[in-house]
Amino acid sequence: MDQLVNYLYISAILFSLGLFGVITRRNGIAVLMGVELILNAANINFVAFSRFGGMNVSGHVFSLFVIVLAAAEAAVALAIIITIYNSMQTVNVDDASRLKH
Amino acid sequence: MNNLQSLSLYWPELILTVTVLGAIIFDLFLPKEKSRNVGWFVFGGLLLSSFAIIGQDSQTTTLFMDAIVLDPFGQFFKLLVISATALVIIASQENNELKGYSQGEYYSLLGILVFGLFLMVSSVDLISVYLSLEVVSIMSFILSGYLKNDQRSNESALKYVIYGAFSSGVMLYGMSLIYGITGSTNFFEIQNQLVGGSGDYNLIFVIAIVMILVGFGYKISMVPFHFWTPDVYEGAPTTITAFLSVAPKAGGLALFIRFFHQVMGDGVALEGNGYLTNTELPWPQMIAVLAVATMTLGNLVALQQKSIKRMLAYSSVAHAGYMLMALPVLSSDGIQAIMIYLVMYLLMNLGAFFVVLYVKNRTGSETFEDYSGLGWNMPILGIVMTIFMVSLTGLPPTAGFIGKFYIFASVIKAGSQFYWLAFFGAFNSVVSLYYYFKVVKVMFLDGEKSETIEFPNKPILGLLLVTAIPSLLFGIYWRPVIKWVEYSFHFFTQIL
Repeated sequence: MDQLVNYLYISAILFSLGLFGVITRRNGIAVLMGVELILNAANINFVAFSRFGGMNVSGHVFSLFVIVLAAAEAAVALAIIITIYNSMQTVNVDDASRLKH
Repeated sequence: MNNLQSLSLYWPELILTVTVLGAIIFDLFLPKEKSRNVGWFVFGGLLLSSFAIIGQDSQTTTLFMDAIVLDPFGQFFKLLVISATALVIIASQENNELKGYSQGEYYSLLGILVFGLFLMVSSVDLISVYLSLEVVSIMSFILSGYLKNDQRSNESALKYVIYGAFSSGVMLYGMSLIYGITGSTNFFEIQNQLVGGSGDYNLIFVIAIVMILVGFGYKISMVPFHFWTPDVYEGAPTTITAFLSVAPKAGGLALFIRFFHQVMGDGVALEGNGYLTNTELPWPQMIAVLAVATMTLGNLVALQQKSIKRMLAYSSVAHAGYMLMALPVLSSDGIQAIMIYLVMYLLMNLGAFFVVLYVKNRTGSETFEDYSGLGWNMPILGIVMTIFMVSLTGLPPTAGFIGKFYIFASVIKAGSQFYWLAFFGAFNSVVSLYYYFKVVKVMFLDGEKSETIEFPNKPILGLLLVTAIPSLLFGIYWRPVIKWVEYSFHFFTQIL
């Protein structure tokens, strides 16, 4: 049980770091890195619960799904950031503000 | 049911898969100027798929090892999504914004998006919920940024992808906590665990539910997770805006209903009895407050908009609020009211966006000034837009009134603890009157009366009539909609 708690601490720290990154970073790619941290925090949770919490195998399965979908999402997000760079010569999220607030 | 047996009940989705693959190959053989014909290919696939859905009649069973279910409730939403997509495909053929781009992928991606929505409305497992939300989100990111040479479209895709990735990440973390608390990812098993006492009021559980609300709320643009909505709606191609304002919202609401009434409630309401929540967490009150916040903010900000497209974006936020109003009352009437409202909303909202599309094709912009004198210059467009605006406000004799009537009726019926909710709903409807009628005023009272009269071209005219006539008709004779909703109000509720 102690082992489980250790993993949960790690994942909570990772999640907070990811959240911090998304909120403070203005570079589009750094924001995406924050999101990846959040996804991996959730993954650690799933695997830890599944392995040490005495639960069924769906935690492992879930983390595999997350890995695949995170890759797909990162590919699309990077493609969009490249398009932004091509048209505006910046990857700063705040500089992209043609649309009215 | 195991995987192999499930396939025989999975025809609509299989047809859709084959259609998308076929569309990608078909696109290879077409020159760029003719690539929009892929749209008709996908249209045909959707039609076949809808026949397959109707042919399934009213079976209820789980498929693929309890990952998704097959039930009339899901079929209702699938048909709703298909009809919205079919209308959007026809409209996309006329969309001048897409000229100069290769359009094959546009329609293939739309097909995949529909597949994701099918999965979304029928999922009863956290894994399939996450999978479907991501499929829908990723496809929406690409589609909203489809106009590669348009900076506004690029920017809308960037904002969408950042908000979308972030909120689905937070939701995922919440799901991992739920898994940790209950030991399962299946809705029914989670429900059993909650009934058994895991749902006692504790901090982790509250955090987990709030985190899941982030992901779900983002999908239907619920306040305070609505920030992406106006920018994405304004920058995306108009046809995609129309699609996003209807289809994923319907899918998200189906998810809301399934999750909150099945996992967080004891589920008998889905069979038409009165019921209770099975946690001490006051989630109905939470959602009620969020619903009020959603519609109030949507309406108040919509008042100040200069662009009609952006105004309609905020109005769609407000409508999400009206629909959410019927969720916390915990009754089968409430869920049926949401379903009725969605049918009406689909017609009137798509119609309004088609008018915006046509005006944008002609003038290249979508501000209120472009609409001055429109009612005299293009009488059909003016009259039809007036119908949509009256209907969106919710005045009789239009479909919007019937939708709102059922929502309010279900809220009032739930007893005095929800009267305040109905009050705020009514207050908001009055506020919305102002900005919807501003459109009508600009069209008929501002600008010069033109001597010439223009008619929209045939496909657009057809689309406008297909959405406007039912918008009026269902305000007078809405029995068919009620019948359809009652027939579809049948859920899969128990794993044997």
